[in-house]
Amino acid sequence: MKIQKILNILTLLTGAIAVTVTSLWIGKQAYSWLPPQAAAESLLIDDLISFLVTLGSFIFLGVTSTLMYSVIFHRAIKDDFTDGPAIEGNITLEVVWTAIPVLLVLWIAGYSYQVYEQMGIQGPSEIVHLHNPLGMESAYAEPKDAPANTLAEPVEKIDVLAKQWAWVFHYPERDITSTELHLPSDRRIRLALKSQDVLHGFYIPAFRLKQDIIPNHAIDFEFTPIRPGKYRLTDSQYSGTYFATMQANVVVESPEDYQQWLAQAATQKPSVAKNQAASEYAQTSNQSVQTGWVTVPPAAPPLVNSPG
Amino acid sequence: MTNVPIEGILLPDEKHNHESPSNWKEYFSFSTDHKVIGIQYLVTSFFFFLVGGIFAMVMRGELMTPESDLVDRTVYNGMFTMHGTVMLFLWTFPSLVGFANYLVPLMIGARDMAFPRLNAVAFWMVPVVGIIMMGSFFVPGGPAQAGWWSYPPVSLQNPTGNLINGQVLWLLAVAISGVSSIMGAVNFVTTIVKMRAPGMGFFKMPLFVWAVFSAQIIQLFGLPALTAGAVMLLLDLTAGTAFFDPAKGGNPVMFEHYFWFYSHPAVYVIILPIFGIFSEIFPVYSRKPLFGYKVVAVSSILIAVVSGIVWVHHMYVSGTPGWMRLIFMLTTMFVSVPTGIKVFAWVATIWGGKLRLNTPMLFALGALIMFVFAGITGIMLSSVPVDVHVNNTYFVVGHFHYVLYGTVTMGLYAAIYHWFPKMTGRMYSESWGKIHFWLAFIGTNLNFLPMHPLGLQGMLRRVASYAPEYQYWNIIASLGGFLLGMSTLPFIFNMVISWMQGEKAPANPWRAIGLEWLVSSPPPVENFEEIPIIVSEPYGYGKSEPLTANLPE
Ligand code: HEM
Ligand SMILES: [Cu+2]
Ligand SMILES: [Cu+2]
Repeated sequence: MKIQKILNILTLLTGAIAVTVTSLWIGKQAYSWLPPQAAAESLLIDDLISFLVTLGSFIFLGVTSTLMYSVIFHRAIKDDFTDGPAIEGNITLEVVWTAIPVLLVLWIAGYSYQVYEQMGIQGPSEIVHLHNPLGMESAYAEPKDAPANTLAEPVEKIDVLAKQWAWVFHYPERDITSTELHLPSDRRIRLALKSQDVLHGFYIPAFRLKQDIIPNHAIDFEFTPIRPGKYRLTDSQYSGTYFATMQANVVVESPEDYQQWLAQAATQKPSVAKNQAASEYAQTSNQSVQTGWVTVPPAAPPLVNSPG
Repeated sequence: MTNVPIEGILLPDEKHNHESPSNWKEYFSFSTDHKVIGIQYLVTSFFFFLVGGIFAMVMRGELMTPESDLVDRTVYNGMFTMHGTVMLFLWTFPSLVGFANYLVPLMIGARDMAFPRLNAVAFWMVPVVGIIMMGSFFVPGGPAQAGWWSYPPVSLQNPTGNLINGQVLWLLAVAISGVSSIMGAVNFVTTIVKMRAPGMGFFKMPLFVWAVFSAQIIQLFGLPALTAGAVMLLLDLTAGTAFFDPAKGGNPVMFEHYFWFYSHPAVYVIILPIFGIFSEIFPVYSRKPLFGYKVVAVSSILIAVVSGIVWVHHMYVSGTPGWMRLIFMLTTMFVSVPTGIKVFAWVATIWGGKLRLNTPMLFALGALIMFVFAGITGIMLSSVPVDVHVNNTYFVVGHFHYVLYGTVTMGLYAAIYHWFPKMTGRMYSESWGKIHFWLAFIGTNLNFLPMHPLGLQGMLRRVASYAPEYQYWNIIASLGGFLLGMSTLPFIFNMVISWMQGEKAPANPWRAIGLEWLVSSPPPVENFEEIPIIVSEPYGYGKSEPLTANLPE
């Protein structure tokens, strides 16, 4: 009897250690499931994801291994139709089991709150005419390796216009429009998001950032790119027939290169941008056999200085 | 005690000799017997499950390659819109209502539902909804293409210019389905409150009944919001009002509030009965009482209440200010507390039992495991910063299919196998059932697990074309999807053959405790010749207390 008990505890302990080690390992893997970390915010979010994956794996493995143990070792013998032990409850166990999720929830919510606060991405606070009582800090200070003085001055507000189905970026200071979003690295970026027709969503997976764009509402959005390179901006809120084609390049470059690009684009005459929705639409309208159902015609392709 | 007229309808005489309603014609005609209606719901909804499944196959076929090459973009958009709509409004809702219809009166010792004719009318609205939905494929411009949530302004764009278009039909069908659900909800709540057998206090009710009760209360407070939103959208679309149309000064975010105020709780309308099914099945095949019966019962009500204050988690990145994001993050996460209590109770019920892995138990176990997985990704989604990244990506699609396929559909299969002998008076084939389980379990995971890495990498939902780097996981998901499609074949085969020529089923083939197992299989027309008198709690495995004072155990 005594030995049995010790054996049971040992089994439990081994199981718990195995589950813990595996969950920690899976949590580490989580980083590799994500795109490159191209914005300060992505560092924060990835840590949070890894934490949640670790915790989630622990719970999942804990529950499934308990179930699997039962399935393997607690099977009824072929002709044994008797009942199992009539255990109906256990108050201590039930209280503990309620307390654990409550504490976990508070922990996860607290950590998420902290991350959200540091992101300081803004958003449509004006819609409900309430000022944000939470005093958001932003993720400025996050990239420790960036020189502090470049971070101090945020970039002028870039206008982002979404329409069915194109992105147009306007740099008010130089009055440049572009179909490619150029951003200086290590600066706080400010965007003014606007939609001309339906709901769209501003989403750059490499930045882990997303914000719906709502017609008739100017929405401010802030973040800090930290890794030069070329990324994809996609429309994340379903916007009709050519939704999937509504993409644009995001070019993150050093502040010097960024200034150079602005200067260079300012010298170019506006021309009609290439637009996948428009060209697909033109193609199907020319077909003699109409296969698809009718669709809203795409908005006219934008006139831009820099067609990208 | 025989020959009690129900709502003034006298049943034909020959049916009073405890005869089962299992004659084919009756299943296709107007009947007020809750058991016939239950099976009508189940068969009809399963038909639409297959229809929705075919749409899913078209989508998975399109997503085999990065380009949009199998179907036109308009067709793809119509496919995912109708797939989502059919799966929710014509498969999960009606099939669960079917089970509730069949089981609730039997489980509480009643002869029928409180309002049998209302019940029948509510059912016959389902085929009407289905006909309107399918009819929309034949109007100019095709079916609705704005997704199952039909957000304006996309849903207000009507390129055909016709008054009768896919979106109008869609709204009409959803409204009718809402009316049918309200009728059902009134009926269920009344039946459960008023018609329990003597001795059956609330804490002697089976947990499936608790679950149905909680779910139907959600319907009562939630459906008016959805209906209001749908009617306003319909007016915007047809009569030129400007509730949601930004071009005329309306606010589309208001629609999102109306929509999700109902449609989040609606997922609990779907999942609560599945929790009830788990609570019925695990004790039988573990031969143990349900662990923590009272806590599990109360947690259903708690889930129903908390579910009413979480809807904004679908709108974190919509027009939602920071403070609101954080408040709803907290309420959303708290749903995991009563849910966690339930999971713990099921695991504790199984622990140390004498398990029999019959097909229903396999499906229930598989569904429980996939539900735990879905719950974990759900917690991740409720965290605002994580949701900012993965909202509207395949991560969400993976999450909700683990709920809707992994848990709800698998749970429904568990229930179908478990109560098949009761409903048809025949046994199903265990080996075909097991083949079905393994195909479905493997298929579900192959299909929906890859969606999580895809979403984390940023692949969007509702796209007919995607960047080439996403193709690898998409191929695996599609193969899993086709496997899932095929997994329904052994099921259909098993059901049809077994119903026609399966072995005759005894009253209680699983030696289960519960009123429905005290009557013959299939049960006689009015269920109980003598209304049972309940003397003990519902899960007395290992205690062998009699459940009733006056019926043979
Ligand atoms: C073989 C099984 C299934 C496959 C292959 C499948 C596949 C898909 C795919 C590819 C989408 C499109 C995702 C998107 O772009 O948003 C989708 C959406 C959806 N599915 Fe399924 N699905 C299956 C079963 C189910 C079941 C059983 C349910 C419900 C009980 C369901 C409910 C939904 C819903 C609600 C949507 C959202 C539609 C929308 O975005 O408007 N699916 N499914
Ligand atoms: Cu868009
Ligand atoms: Cu929700």
